Amino acid sequence: MWDYTDKVMEHFHNPRNQGKITEKQEGEEIVTGQVGSIACGDALKLHLKIDEETQTIKDATFQTFGCASAIASSSALTELLKGRKVDEAMKLTNKEIAESLGGLPEEKMHCSVMGQEALEAAIYTYKGIPLDDHEEDEGNLICRCFGISDTKIKRIIRENSLTTAEQVTNYVKAGGGCSSCLPDIDDLIEEITTEQETATVEQEKSVEAATEVWTNRDSSSVETSTTTQTTKTLTNLQKITLIQQVIDTEIRPILAEDGGDMELFDVVGDVVKVILKGACSGCASSTETLKLAIEATLQDRVLSTLTVESV
Amino acid sequence: MTNTIYLDNNATTKIDEDVLAAMLPYFTTYYGNPSSMHTFGGQIGKVVRQARSQVASLLGAEESEIVFTSCGTEGDNAAILAALKAQPKKKHIITTEVEHPAILNLCRRLERDGYTVTYLSVNSKGQIDFDELEASLTGNTAVVSVMYANNETGVIFPIEQIGQIVKEYGALFHVDAVQAVGKIPLDMKTSTIDLLTLSGHKIHAPKGIGALYVRKGVRFRPLLIGGHQERGRRGGTENVAGIVALGKAAELAQQHLGSIGREKILRDKLEQGILAAIPNTAVNGDPDNRLPNTSNIGFKFIEGEAILLSLDEYGICASSGSACSSGSLEPSHVLRALGLPYSVLHGSIRFSLSRYTTETEIDRVLEVLPGVIDRLRELSPFNSDDADWLQEQEQAVLAR
Repeated sequence: MWDYTDKVMEHFHNPRNQGKITEKQEGEEIVTGQVGSIACGDALKLHLKIDEETQTIKDATFQTFGCASAIASSSALTELLKGRKVDEAMKLTNKEIAESLGGLPEEKMHCSVMGQEALEAAIYTYKGIPLDDHEEDEGNLICRCFGISDTKIKRIIRENSLTTAEQVTNYVKAGGGCSSCLPDIDDLIEEITTEQETATVEQEKSVEAATEVWTNRDSSSVETSTTTQTTKTLTNLQKITLIQQVIDTEIRPILAEDGGDMELFDVVGDVVKVILKGACSGCASSTETLKLAIEATLQDRVLSTLTVESV
Repeated sequence: MTNTIYLDNNATTKIDEDVLAAMLPYFTTYYGNPSSMHTFGGQIGKVVRQARSQVASLLGAEESEIVFTSCGTEGDNAAILAALKAQPKKKHIITTEVEHPAILNLCRRLERDGYTVTYLSVNSKGQIDFDELEASLTGNTAVVSVMYANNETGVIFPIEQIGQIVKEYGALFHVDAVQAVGKIPLDMKTSTIDLLTLSGHKIHAPKGIGALYVRKGVRFRPLLIGGHQERGRRGGTENVAGIVALGKAAELAQQHLGSIGREKILRDKLEQGILAAIPNTAVNGDPDNRLPNTSNIGFKFIEGEAILLSLDEYGICASSGSACSSGSLEPSHVLRALGLPYSVLHGSIRFSLSRYTTETEIDRVLEVLPGVIDRLRELSPFNSDDADWLQEQEQAVLAR
């Protein structure tokens, strides 16, 4: 028998916010995210009511086919979502869902992953991002038993800092069927470990480069001692310099291909304010798409806590 | 704590009070070793012989054909490996895809060791095809291992018909009868079975004791190599208390065989009550060829672990073939072999009764189960007019 926390059992026996959302006022939108698979034995339909003006989730409900921890995870997720801003909700991880239940057995972590994925699907739908373009639908099929691609496995490895194929099985089921893909999962873990090591080195290098650029501009205000200390924590100036660098060398060339452009307007704390130009400044949904893409790149290349705002 | 309603007797059973009373003195007063050359130990030999006779009687076998083991898994392993050692030139094994892991995982291991294994498929009722069996048998087949009755569905294989075919090809015939013993009358004298496994804790004896029937004349080499115990067929000091318990349990099981119909009546009441009260439910397996105590029911659109944990609140114990309750993340290989759709397979629950099951208990289950199923179906996304995506997914997975 599984070692469920009291909180899991409590949510299982008394789930919050079950069912659909049927009523809405003017200025509110209802969206649904559905994930899971009947073959795996779990599926979740997450319904959100969003206030369009404040971009706030006013209500969240669920319908779940699955075990006790799947039902509890869905219930806990809806509680976490109510009252959150859409952009904040987007950052919710499966870890937070599991933690809000006092933890889940390792083998049941995939239930929290399902919650996070349904949320993502719902918000993508709301923002008009076609789900067909969801990166995880692409990629190579690794686990044939549960139909899981390398893209998804890699994301889960990154987000949860997994180090063994067995952990991957516990989180996304991949490898839990015939187990023939376990060596492939080992390879993906290896790949990400190498990638992360290289990234750390590169980040250190670019920080050094950024500091250098900055130092050349005004060498008197930089002390060499801070340079060595800042390889882990960026100073505000270094952060801005790096953001500018990534925008110029990585983002703008891509936008230019589609006749678009952008400009860094300001950086306030972790909020990067940008001005979208040219073909980019068209419809609202493409702006939203773009904003997310820029955000993802900056989070990846500079700092994971960055958010982007279009001004 | 609420009173326990134990409907999981295919997993394990309660120790009969008479069985417990019979075995206890062998922990306390008579703790001697039957091999000892003094009366204190030597007198134990007699009770071991008596127990052997009780087990032999239940099977319609001779005392010399009974080897005591520690469990069903040991019996299965010892039987298959002995059958292979007895015919070193034959490298082929036939079994079915619905066997217990004690057979299936052993066979997978043997495949790595150079043996070829045929896993016979089953139809939607869980029955094998005689033609497939016959086509698989060759002069190279050392052993055919088929369970008497399935632990999950209770489906009974036509063992003697299978045995007739096996004998034509000169292979040894092993039967895992762990679920059948005590529920179906057995008579080895008129049977085609060469080796038969049974386990104590399924017939109200404690865990840790079992037996293997080895037909007279079969060349049997031991799995556990050691002393002269069990006539050299299993090394290791006898589990005397367990053996005494198994003997008593076998005697009681034999007596109880005459009234097994009572279990069937209760099982049928439970099953028909469920089917009548709850829509979208169906019996899995072969309703006409089943153990009298077992009912495996698929509750569509919901998941088994959630059903079990809900029943647990009422003290009702059952089991499920769902992936989530198994720990392996794989749904039951038995239910999959029947070709059940995933929407049924994940919500399948096994109820298994015993001679201790009462009508009041069955009534209680019938009282609470509809509410449990209703609540979970209310939570399920299938409970909606646009649930097609789930069905489509099921089709897509099946196609893959």
